[in-house]
Amino acid sequence: MDAIIDLLQKNALMPRDEMARLLNMTTAEVEAAIAKLEADGIILGYQPVLNRDKWDADKVTAVIEVKITPERDGGFDRIASRIARFPEVQSCYLVSGGYDLLILVEAPNLRTAAAFVAERLSTIEAVQSTATHFRLKTYKENGAFHSFEPTSERLSITP
Amino acid sequence: MSIAIADHIRNIPRSGIRDFFEIVQSMEDVISLGIGEPDFATPWHIREAAIYALERGRTGYTSNLGLPRLRRSISDYIQKHFAVRYEPHSEILVSVGVSEAIDLALRALLNAGDEVIYHEPCYVSYAPTITMAHGVPVPVSTRAEDGFSLRAADLEKAISPRSRALMLNFPTNPTGATMEPEELEKIASLCVRHNLVVLTDEIYSELTYEGGKHTSIAVFPGMKERTVFLHGLSKAFAMTGWRIGFACAPAPLIEAMMKIHQYSILCASIMGQDAAIEALDRGEHSVAQMRQEYEMRRNFIVSSLNEMGLECRSPRGSFYVFPKITSTGLSSRDFCMRLLHEKKVAVVPGPAFGAGGEGHVRCSFATGLPQIKIAMQRLAEFLAGSPFRSTEVL
Repeated sequence: MDAIIDLLQKNALMPRDEMARLLNMTTAEVEAAIAKLEADGIILGYQPVLNRDKWDADKVTAVIEVKITPERDGGFDRIASRIARFPEVQSCYLVSGGYDLLILVEAPNLRTAAAFVAERLSTIEAVQSTATHFRLKTYKENGAFHSFEPTSERLSITP
Repeated sequence: MSIAIADHIRNIPRSGIRDFFEIVQSMEDVISLGIGEPDFATPWHIREAAIYALERGRTGYTSNLGLPRLRRSISDYIQKHFAVRYEPHSEILVSVGVSEAIDLALRALLNAGDEVIYHEPCYVSYAPTITMAHGVPVPVSTRAEDGFSLRAADLEKAISPRSRALMLNFPTNPTGATMEPEELEKIASLCVRHNLVVLTDEIYSELTYEGGKHTSIAVFPGMKERTVFLHGLSKAFAMTGWRIGFACAPAPLIEAMMKIHQYSILCASIMGQDAAIEALDRGEHSVAQMRQEYEMRRNFIVSSLNEMGLECRSPRGSFYVFPKITSTGLSSRDFCMRLLHEKKVAVVPGPAFGAGGEGHVRCSFATGLPQIKIAMQRLAEFLAGSPFRSTEVL
């Protein structure tokens, strides 16, 4: 199972027969294992990793630190899920340290992003404060490098 | 005026790999499965440690034997992974790759005419290095049906009164052969009985697959005192260009090897030695990741070759497969030349690694999976499309 997940994390589109060959399994076994990972809710989905400099470059990504007041019943969970439901919110984590929630927001432009923070997020009663950091450049995302490619200059035949 | 070259050097034949390399170099768009080094760059934490050492100005000579700190790391690493203990102050020498350490050991051990036994097919440098040390190379053939392991019975036949040393390399380049501990123990007792020194090149030992455990000949009774344990960082840690190897042996032999090393090399580069400390102390996870990747590629290449009709045993170590190509009716060299010219895939003819390699070719899987896939597809087309195939069917 671990090896299948490793391969999917590197390339979820790898043909299943190729995966089978790498792992000394049959294609049917690989397909069944993946189906089970999906059915068990271990694999939640598959997404492309985009280079934002080349696609939809105007899109704005912001990392927002949010301090919230926890509730007596349920702590942070209800507020966190309320925030996470906004479609602009791509990821939402409860973190330790100087603030409580770390959220990643995507918006078509700066104005929309600012409006989300000012009108949606900050107005939630439990939200005490926010600090918004806009993405300027991406160097690495989900394990994939954006700005530099490792190059190899090996000799063509070596003993 | 023509310059006379020393007899024992002039008589060493040109490397078969070198000829082939020059042909491949002259062509474009070749996919090479002929590369005997990892396609991974050195793991970042190791490179970063070397950068840090440079920033601190660590750019000088080191002790002839190598940095004391590195020798301690080597000692700990060998004890942990090979269950043999070597004294860092007197029993370990850091060399410029295993190749230098082999040369040092042979030069320190051999008198002119002493015989050194080694198993074939094998790494290309063994016989020439023995010759350069004025020794006499004595090959013992290993067989495909044994998975190219060395049989104690075959070794025994090669032993003569002039036999001084035995060279071992398991897992083996180019065959991927490994040894069962039982057979290795028989070889060990032969070495004790005939008073042979063993030079064991264990450079591929970390690349042992299917969870198999590598056993060094040094662990058997009476062996540590007659063994030169040779290892390095090149293969398992993807550090070929750093040129760091080491020899572990009884103190008097290390002392003799150090004499040669100090006058010819002085010391291995400090940058490489600093990087090696990081690799040995904290590189285990990186090695495990690379091993997992190699094992998957091995599975892929072995099943592909067998499906296209080239008989190929699944190697339990190294990053080479050594399929048999006799079903094509071609010699190893013709097979490689035609494959290169017709399909632009480079594999190395088996005889480059000794006479026993005829009928085989060496394919390295230290190459990215996308290249391996294309190479396998082209190889399948080559086998399906070539006239030798149809004549054989008739």
